[in-house]
Amino acid sequence: MTSFKWSGEKWATAILAVLFIGYPLFVTSDYYRHIFILALMWVVIGSSWNLLAGFTGQVSFGHAIFFGVGAYTAGLCTTKLGISAWWGMLLGGPVAALVGFIIGWICFRLRGPYFALATIAVGEIFRLFAVAWRDFTEGMQGILIIQTFRSKVPYYYLALLLAAACVLTIRQVMHSKWGYYFVAIREDQDAAESMGISAFRFKSVSLVVSSFFTGLAGAFYMNYMAFIDPQVVFSLHFISVMAILVGIIGGVGTIWGPAVGAFIMVWVQETFRSSFFGLLPQWVSESHVLVFGLLVIFVIMFMANGVVGDWPKIRRLFSGNRTAPAKTAS
Amino acid sequence: MAFFETDHLTKNFGGLTAVNNLSFRIKEGEIVGLIGPNGSGKTTVFNLINGFYPITSGSISFRGQRLNGLPTWKICKLGIGRTFQVVKPLRRMTVLENVMTSAFNHARTESEARDKALGVLEFCGLMKRSDYQARGLSIGDRKRLEIARALATEPSLLLLDETMAGLTPQEQADGVELIRKVSASGVTIVIVEHIMRVIMSLCNRILCISYGQAIAEGPPEEVANHPSVIEAYLGKEI
Repeated sequence: MTSFKWSGEKWATAILAVLFIGYPLFVTSDYYRHIFILALMWVVIGSSWNLLAGFTGQVSFGHAIFFGVGAYTAGLCTTKLGISAWWGMLLGGPVAALVGFIIGWICFRLRGPYFALATIAVGEIFRLFAVAWRDFTEGMQGILIIQTFRSKVPYYYLALLLAAACVLTIRQVMHSKWGYYFVAIREDQDAAESMGISAFRFKSVSLVVSSFFTGLAGAFYMNYMAFIDPQVVFSLHFISVMAILVGIIGGVGTIWGPAVGAFIMVWVQETFRSSFFGLLPQWVSESHVLVFGLLVIFVIMFMANGVVGDWPKIRRLFSGNRTAPAKTAS
Repeated sequence: MAFFETDHLTKNFGGLTAVNNLSFRIKEGEIVGLIGPNGSGKTTVFNLINGFYPITSGSISFRGQRLNGLPTWKICKLGIGRTFQVVKPLRRMTVLENVMTSAFNHARTESEARDKALGVLEFCGLMKRSDYQARGLSIGDRKRLEIARALATEPSLLLLDETMAGLTPQEQADGVELIRKVSASGVTIVIVEHIMRVIMSLCNRILCISYGQAIAEGPPEEVANHPSVIEAYLGKEI
């Protein structure tokens, strides 16, 4: 599916692996470690969203469902079962996958934009349930646990492991029968069916894998942040829309796109939230959602395939080679 | 037990009866032409066979199994492949990947699927296009890709829906050659086509339908000169 040269990709992977493993050894600032932990978590969510939306063509506006379910699974392990929230790292994925399967069973009767709308609706239902069902979820009070580690380093390596496992699993999937079936369904569902592919079954497979990893990210978030409430983990714009932005900015339907997109988006978010690290007046921090919007408009207008998808175009721009690119028939 | 059989097949779209009490049989190894004027229900018959449309009444059976109500993908897995009149290439995949996707019906690994797909591309004369994006193909190659993709599912019955329309005479000749090769490899073929030269040179038998009803059936020359066929195409003599 990808047109990477094997040797080039292997080299890049090796260099990246060394850089990421070494990062917390060189960077001792808790703040910058925190930023990377968040970005790695978003690599997982963005890549999972991209598997379903980018490769299988089923655009979800509801990935907060799986993130929230994973986070609450971990949190409820502590508040309801009295066991460590780390059990959530075991249970969060499967529980989110089960929720994904059921949602798919209902919503995959719808195609295209109607599926996307249904995921918004289901996402809001989950958020409202978590707010209203106080006996079970503690409602708006949220769930507070005690962090296991004071250092950021263990969390960093756990996030790195999750991100690597997620991206490499998806890469493996895309080189298997499933991957080809997913893309076939995205390109033409009727053609796929007449090629012997059950669109319903393989959309469900894609959604289950996608929700599994998103649920893991949610369980990680619970353990790392030690506090969750429904308005954050089931949030339409903090989670579901952010997942879409990570995918779009990085490159929809590419293996590495969401990984790149995650770092860009977390960086942009933090830069604006901190008013350019305190250099600009306070009101700038309130504009970060606006900036997201502008960024998306910019990307859609000039790099519709995202940073990774349009990498040759970007490289041409910066290498100073301004010869007009050959016109492509569209 | 007939290889393939429809029995009093009927399809209504609201008040319109697109296929009306159509019964026909196909023997293994035949090339059967399905002809008829525009709007006579040829493509609808294909869409009924491969499960795109639910059947109103009647039945379809293939190797003794009823196809009524089966989903499209299952019908494909039973061994009925089809091409589309309005081609449906998987646009953002290469030609090879298009065919590999079909080949995964009988392959487990990527390399196994690639080997099978390359064999099919060779067979269909698409080898030199294997790395092209499907959206960049000419209409002739798109039609070939339709056939290649259907063949890669390893069908025993192949439904070809106007695979020659819009092609140059040379491409048509190549297409006829390809269909002969497919037939020789043991695949039974039903072909919908408007170009009579193609039908006459390929088919063992022709079924002509008009307004969803069979009006003539038999050897090519006989059907082509049948008075009701001429009437269906050209109208009554005054």
